[in-house]
Amino acid sequence: MSAGTVPIESVGAVAAGRRELRGELVARLVRSPLFVVGAVILLWWIACAIFGSAIAPHSPYAQNLETINRPPSGAHLFGTDALGRDMLSRVIVGARNILIIVPLATALGTFLGTAVGLVMGYFRGPVDDVLGRFVEAFLALPLIVTGLLVVSAVGHSNVSLILVIGLVFTPLIARTVRAAVLLERELDYVAAARLRGEGALYIMFVEILPNVLAPIVVEFTVRLGYAIFFVATLSFLALGVQPPSPDWGLDISQNYGQVTAGFWWEVLFDALAIASLIVAVSLIADSIQGLLEG
Amino acid sequence: MVKFVLKRVGLALVTLWILSLIVFGAGQVLPGDPARAILGPLAAPSAVASLRHQLGLDRSLPSQYWSWISHFLQGHPGTSYQYQSAIGPLLISALGRSLKLAAVAFVLVVPPGIVCGVIAALNVGRPVDRIIGIVGLSATTVPEFVSGIILIIVFAVGLKWLPVSATAPSGSGFLTSLKYLILPAIPLTLILFGYISRMARAGTVEALDSDYARTATLKGLPRGVMIRRHVLRNSLLPTITVIATQTGYLIGGLVVVETLFRYQGIGSLVFNAAVNKDFPMLEAGVLTIGIIYMVVTLAADVIFSLLNPQIRVAAAE
Repeated sequence: MSAGTVPIESVGAVAAGRRELRGELVARLVRSPLFVVGAVILLWWIACAIFGSAIAPHSPYAQNLETINRPPSGAHLFGTDALGRDMLSRVIVGARNILIIVPLATALGTFLGTAVGLVMGYFRGPVDDVLGRFVEAFLALPLIVTGLLVVSAVGHSNVSLILVIGLVFTPLIARTVRAAVLLERELDYVAAARLRGEGALYIMFVEILPNVLAPIVVEFTVRLGYAIFFVATLSFLALGVQPPSPDWGLDISQNYGQVTAGFWWEVLFDALAIASLIVAVSLIADSIQGLLEG
Repeated sequence: MVKFVLKRVGLALVTLWILSLIVFGAGQVLPGDPARAILGPLAAPSAVASLRHQLGLDRSLPSQYWSWISHFLQGHPGTSYQYQSAIGPLLISALGRSLKLAAVAFVLVVPPGIVCGVIAALNVGRPVDRIIGIVGLSATTVPEFVSGIILIIVFAVGLKWLPVSATAPSGSGFLTSLKYLILPAIPLTLILFGYISRMARAGTVEALDSDYARTATLKGLPRGVMIRRHVLRNSLLPTITVIATQTGYLIGGLVVVETLFRYQGIGSLVFNAAVNKDFPMLEAGVLTIGIIYMVVTLAADVIFSLLNPQIRVAAAE
């Protein structure tokens, strides 16, 4: 049978089979207790990010100079900071900033990385060699150092955080996609498409891309965890959003001087929030990876 | 073999050259005029122009790049704007302090990381394996400043067992300064623990599954001897490489840990240079980090290939 005359029924059957497979994957995920724990924690923080101002008992910005540095109590469950602001409210509303930046940055990195990886893997030769050297050079720097370099060049804001993390992820994701494409490009369906006279762009994006989606999905979910790590760290280094915005990493950098004075509640709950979000996303990513690769 | 090493060294040099271009390029797009930054907003334009000339900022970019890189390679990376003194000695003493901190972290993490990885591999699929996996995953993903803050709250502020700062009072002995470095080293070890135990586990699982392990079992070797003589010797090989590739991460972690614990190493040096727009210091620091990373990974590659006959053969062909 030539490639052009696939019967309609079999295309429908393939699609139905895919749907069934996807249903089966979701069912297996939901049966994994680690995935469920991760998903519940993540959903809680997403709810805080969306409805934070409604859930929070106080305004995260409201200062009260009569109640500064108060330890946790009935009135302020997580205590108050040096300006008398309610820490519980700041932790709840603080989820928003990180949960907006992280998916955007990871999506940017995945998009660019997939494009670069497809080009490197498909063309190989000099294009691959030259791009490969640049990837190596970028990887010789720790991500935080690249972040410092770029953020101090373009100024600190949420947009520059998204750009930095997206650009830093690009070579990492490109490397994974390239390896997958190198295997695919030798297969018969690619040769068939080439013989049909399809262009390089068509072959890369319509023929090869759907077949390398699994590693890209794994890469995306794993990178989400790293993105939380870097967004939190760069905010802690005061390279992202600026005060008085509630942000977990930034609040820790603002308040950690107070810890030695015994005001531990001003940083502990932000730290636990970051840790819980990151562990939740890693549990989810690990479950998906185990399912798609195992 | 010589050809393999030469090829790797050549590629590393090309990569470093590209890195130096990236670092230099980033220095060019950094906003603001360094001469204006040094003299302040009230300085006369003529003073700014003469300082620009003195700093060489009025020359063409290729000529600026050439003088920067050639001085760097001769060991004169320039003068820091921030400290108004030569960068070389500052960089070297900061590197020494970071090396001490990193050494403490490695000594604390490598033995338990390998032991836990091997234990997990010998119990694949059992609860011990799952627990080590989850602990490793969680430890690896939590940022250093988060675990650092929690450690400070518990061990320095709460229990008062260890000091909050990482810098021992000057003149204190080896053991005292070691005591100051334990708390800062732990966040670094937590991150490395996950990687090292995972690699040790993967290597051991693969070796246990190999033909030579089966042969050893079939010829009647006791399990303990089989694991010691045949499995571990092969499984620990990849672990060496992963430890080396973590150097890059480690320096990134040092930026955070040294800032949190107020320790003057290479990480906080680069961070402060970036915050204070001290470009010569920033460029020299970043390039030095890149060089260290390339040298360590290259050394790991060469050691790995010397130990592994399969790669040795492939390289000879």
